Amino acid sequence: MAERKATPLWEGKIVRAAALDSLRKFDPRIQAKNPVMFVVEVTAFAVTLIILRDLAAGAHRQLGFELQIALWLWFTVGFANFAEAMAEGRGKAQADNLRKTRTETMAKRIGNGGAIAMVAATQLRKGDVVMVEAGDVIPGDGEVIEGVAAVNEAAITGESAPVIRESGGDRSAVTGGTTVISDWIKVRITANPGETFLDRMISLVEGAQRQKTPNEIALSILLAGLTIIFMMVCVSLYPFALYGGTILTLPVLVALLVCLIPTTIGGLLSAIGIAGMDRLVQHNVLAMSGRAVEAAGDVDTLLLDKTGTITLGNRMAEEFLPVAGVLPQELAEAAQLASLADETPEGRSIVVLAKRAYGLRGRELGGDGAEFIPFSAQTRMSGVDLHGHRIRKGATDAVIKFVEEHGGHAPADLNAMVEKIARSGGTPLVVADNARMLGVIHLKDVVKEGIRERFERLRAMGLRTVMITGDNPLTAAAIAKESGVDDFLAEATPETKLRLIREEQAQGKLVAMIGDGTNDAPALAQADVGIAMNAGTQAAREAGNMVDLDSNPTKVMEVVEIGKQLLITRGALTTFSIANDVAKYFAIIPAMFVIGYPDLQALNIMHLATPESAILSAVIFNALIIIALIPLALRGVAYRPLGAAAILTRNLLIYGLGGVIVPFIGIKAIDLIVSALHLA
Amino acid sequence: MLANAIIQIGLFLLLVTAISVPLGHYMARVFAGEKTFLDPLLKPVERLIYRLGGVHPENEQTWVEYAVSMLLFSAAGMLLLYGLERLQGWLPLNPQALGAVAPDLAFNTAASFTTNTNWQAYGGETTMSYLTQMAGLAFHNFVSAAAGIAIAIAVVRGFIRRNSKTIGNFWFDLTRATLWVLLPICVVMALALVWQGVPDNFAPYVRAKTVAGAVQTIAEGPVASQEIIKELGTNGGGFFNANSAHPYENPTPLSNLIEMLAIFAIGASLTHTFGKMVGDSRQGWVLYGVMAILFLTGVAVCTWSEQRGNPMLARAGVNEIASASQSGGNMEGKEVRFGIVDSALFATVTTDTSCGAVNSMHDSYTPLGGFIPLLNMQIGEIIFGGVGSGLYGMLVMAVLAVFIAGLMVGRTPEYLGKKIEGREMKLAMLFILIFPLVILIPAGLAVVLPAGLAGISNPGPHGFSQILYAYTEASANNGSAFAGLNANTGFYNVTLALVMLCGRFLMKVPVLALAGSLAAKRSVPESAGTFPTNGATFVILLIGVILIVAALTFFPADALGPIVEQLAMRHSHLY
Repeated sequence: MAERKATPLWEGKIVRAAALDSLRKFDPRIQAKNPVMFVVEVTAFAVTLIILRDLAAGAHRQLGFELQIALWLWFTVGFANFAEAMAEGRGKAQADNLRKTRTETMAKRIGNGGAIAMVAATQLRKGDVVMVEAGDVIPGDGEVIEGVAAVNEAAITGESAPVIRESGGDRSAVTGGTTVISDWIKVRITANPGETFLDRMISLVEGAQRQKTPNEIALSILLAGLTIIFMMVCVSLYPFALYGGTILTLPVLVALLVCLIPTTIGGLLSAIGIAGMDRLVQHNVLAMSGRAVEAAGDVDTLLLDKTGTITLGNRMAEEFLPVAGVLPQELAEAAQLASLADETPEGRSIVVLAKRAYGLRGRELGGDGAEFIPFSAQTRMSGVDLHGHRIRKGATDAVIKFVEEHGGHAPADLNAMVEKIARSGGTPLVVADNARMLGVIHLKDVVKEGIRERFERLRAMGLRTVMITGDNPLTAAAIAKESGVDDFLAEATPETKLRLIREEQAQGKLVAMIGDGTNDAPALAQADVGIAMNAGTQAAREAGNMVDLDSNPTKVMEVVEIGKQLLITRGALTTFSIANDVAKYFAIIPAMFVIGYPDLQALNIMHLATPESAILSAVIFNALIIIALIPLALRGVAYRPLGAAAILTRNLLIYGLGGVIVPFIGIKAIDLIVSALHLA
Repeated sequence: MLANAIIQIGLFLLLVTAISVPLGHYMARVFAGEKTFLDPLLKPVERLIYRLGGVHPENEQTWVEYAVSMLLFSAAGMLLLYGLERLQGWLPLNPQALGAVAPDLAFNTAASFTTNTNWQAYGGETTMSYLTQMAGLAFHNFVSAAAGIAIAIAVVRGFIRRNSKTIGNFWFDLTRATLWVLLPICVVMALALVWQGVPDNFAPYVRAKTVAGAVQTIAEGPVASQEIIKELGTNGGGFFNANSAHPYENPTPLSNLIEMLAIFAIGASLTHTFGKMVGDSRQGWVLYGVMAILFLTGVAVCTWSEQRGNPMLARAGVNEIASASQSGGNMEGKEVRFGIVDSALFATVTTDTSCGAVNSMHDSYTPLGGFIPLLNMQIGEIIFGGVGSGLYGMLVMAVLAVFIAGLMVGRTPEYLGKKIEGREMKLAMLFILIFPLVILIPAGLAVVLPAGLAGISNPGPHGFSQILYAYTEASANNGSAFAGLNANTGFYNVTLALVMLCGRFLMKVPVLALAGSLAAKRSVPESAGTFPTNGATFVILLIGVILIVAALTFFPADALGPIVEQLAMRHSHLY
């Protein structure tokens, strides 16, 4: 797996671009999308106007102080803009890399008569068929309809080893911008220019098409509500003060307002969302929407394919077990014949075992009337028809049915053998020749190292794992037990998979799964988080709401963790932002009223130097904390796979209690500097 | 003094806890329509009421229908009360021949009793006929309380129902709350009060010669029956002007204990009703725990401050030490038969809930002691709270707490299996917004307008406290008076009435909408990754959120009132 390298946080180029971009974001039309920062901008503008008016009238007593307040208000907006621009900038840097691959290519379009015409890739439309030969760049997203080729997909995955793309089967999708390095393929284009996978990817990582996710919308409502409450507090404070003989000035009231409204989370909210997408891209996963990332955090049930996720991809033939009356050699030969055309690792391991154990050479079967029967999900058998022999190997019940259809029956000792293998976690592969049952091949499954610990972590996080396998229930149970998975679905077909997802969802659970083949498409579409492997079919890629460029089936667990991390970061900064207000009150309220009510000096528990310095320090802290938290917003809060109760206690202490304490220290420190520099 | 306080307060909380569990479980049965021991007696009455009202209790209502029923019922009741007040001079049961109540005062009182506030800008014995007291005021004492319970039950149904359009039937809930909950308790406890010496008759006032030879008019009437619903329904409107400080309303320490228990009884029990209904009694205990901790903190501060008395008096040589012959501490405005602890406890209890009955004058408390009642109300009357409104107010705060901190466990927020999304947040914020809006803005007007300033009896921060208290208690539907403020003026009667109406109905409608929205959702099953809301961490979190929200909203205003008063007192300055 080639991990896309994370861009360093403060890379010069990105910082410079972001600084520039944050100026553009002062545009009130952009700010209006964020109610909290919009209020800051409007009030900053009002304060600036008042200062200018007073300057023109020549009647200013607190010019230096009010100018500094105005300046820091503008900085507050600017810092929030910068945070968003930084997040977008990091996305853009990734997008630029992608864009480089989208150079102008020419395509060999196959006309109606089969004639090949050279056209620009941008002129291709959905449904066009193009020929791509070795050395050509694939001109657009499509489906291989003929041929097989090795394709270098480094442009999108960062992985330089070529992958095989072929018509039919589960590896038929190709992506525009990747390069064919051997052989040729005919591709039917499935996306118009501008709508291709690469285009979508670019706009997603840039955040251009970003829409607020449901939880972001709800959070924005909370922040807007709090902003309105604090506006009422500040507006009513003016007459309250007047009653006591204090006339509050607009800059002071605005300073209080801006310190109270949740600018910290308000300023960082969109940056957190963009950074979450960005982290997924770093793991080579593309989410089609922010909604999917949020849903990933909420997932209750993970459907995991056994092969490649829980066990090492390849099962190996371990031994041949003939039924009574059949010689081992005879069984081995039939098994080898049935596997000759089987290019799967299992098939090859049978050929190899037969050769090693019984010295049987794999024969070349071609022109002598042999017909190979490929495996299918419906028959769950494969084999060969040769000289009237119909040799089949496959799932126990399928082969027994086959034998019975030909007038035979399963010998008495077969079941015991099958069961013994299954109980040990192996896969029994039954071999028959027409009506005659020959025996069983023991395929051994190897459970991945460390998978048990991983499932324990997932369980602690509250996730239920379900292993999906085509194996029979006994084998599945043995592997489930060995690997520590919570549940399993044996003898899975596309239909049972879909039914399982629906059942889980009916209980209110959110389901995540990863899949590749065309027959996974319905389940991928039904799942709340459906991750399609990039190596899979176009149908699967369309059905899912995320694509894993590495085609790594374990990725689903990382996706869930990233989703959770995004939500935790959002919650932590919200809590921190609101907890901050306590200290700001203790800075500003005594400063506002100490002239009218000297007794309120007792509330100045930070012993801030002067009323002006207290107010200014609170405003400066409020602005600087946004900058200080940008790294946290972009990188995300460190995530530990613990139960919810443990995570909550820990984060409440750090961001809740910390949020109360930190500003007391910060404001005091700023006050020391402000008074040392005689700023106020 | 400390031992005295600990024993009294501890015993009180123990009794509240002991009452709340069985009563809570009983109410869960009542509103589920299950069998109870009172059925043989009450079922026929219930059927009769439904037949007379043309109600089909089996017809469930959507939240809109539920809200409309509630609003129509309240509007009709308010009109009826207004009419009674204006026409009482021509109606029977008026031995003192009291005339029509002035329009602005009648409007204020109608709003006040319909909203379960029971703010009284009038003196009962000199203004209201027996008929008005019983058919008007006491009627509202029952039904406004029953309406509160009904809404709380509807909100709980929102949490337990799945994919449901309806949240129950208002008329069914209203009738059941009145017949099965309020009436039976009132009958029993009114008799207990009569035993303690509270009168209950239709006799005209007695003219008596005092020891000193002067002639005194002693008011009486159907007191005990009104008194108990005043507490049980967290209404607080006294039969007499002096409210529960009056010896005929609250003659003995035992009657005082009965009244305080009645105030907390239903609010505390509803937490267990909630726990029972959602199928996890720990969820109920969490809310109960939050309420109990906030209550104990408040009563401890208030009692401590009152027991300490006024340092300026001590400096002037006044003996404020408790001894066998005196209660010690700040006894101004308190009854000797109750002393400091029972007064401070009553003041806390009555403002934790939206009751507002008083057995001492909060205006005379030390600044810190008087700040506690104010703060209790600013928290939103959710410490056991108004009957019903305490529970649904607390549930809204729980939703808010879950939303703010819930994300920190790495899932989008959910409470009791319901996802808290945009719509729920909008409604919860609306509920939370209304409250400061109707306190801060009108109070801001009152402190600068001549009509508002005219009512103040003490200038300076204490006058400000008086106005702040008045609008706080009105929007919190508490109705306890800080006294001192002359509020029977056109300005205060009208603005306070409007604030009461907003504080009640503008908050009830969003909360019902919230219930409707939750009921329509599917339910998410619980797992190890679910935000835990039934443990100690959530208790602490919820307390933190409640205090921070209240503090952030009201700290500036409080700083200019009670806080500055308290600080000034240390420097020998009183306002």
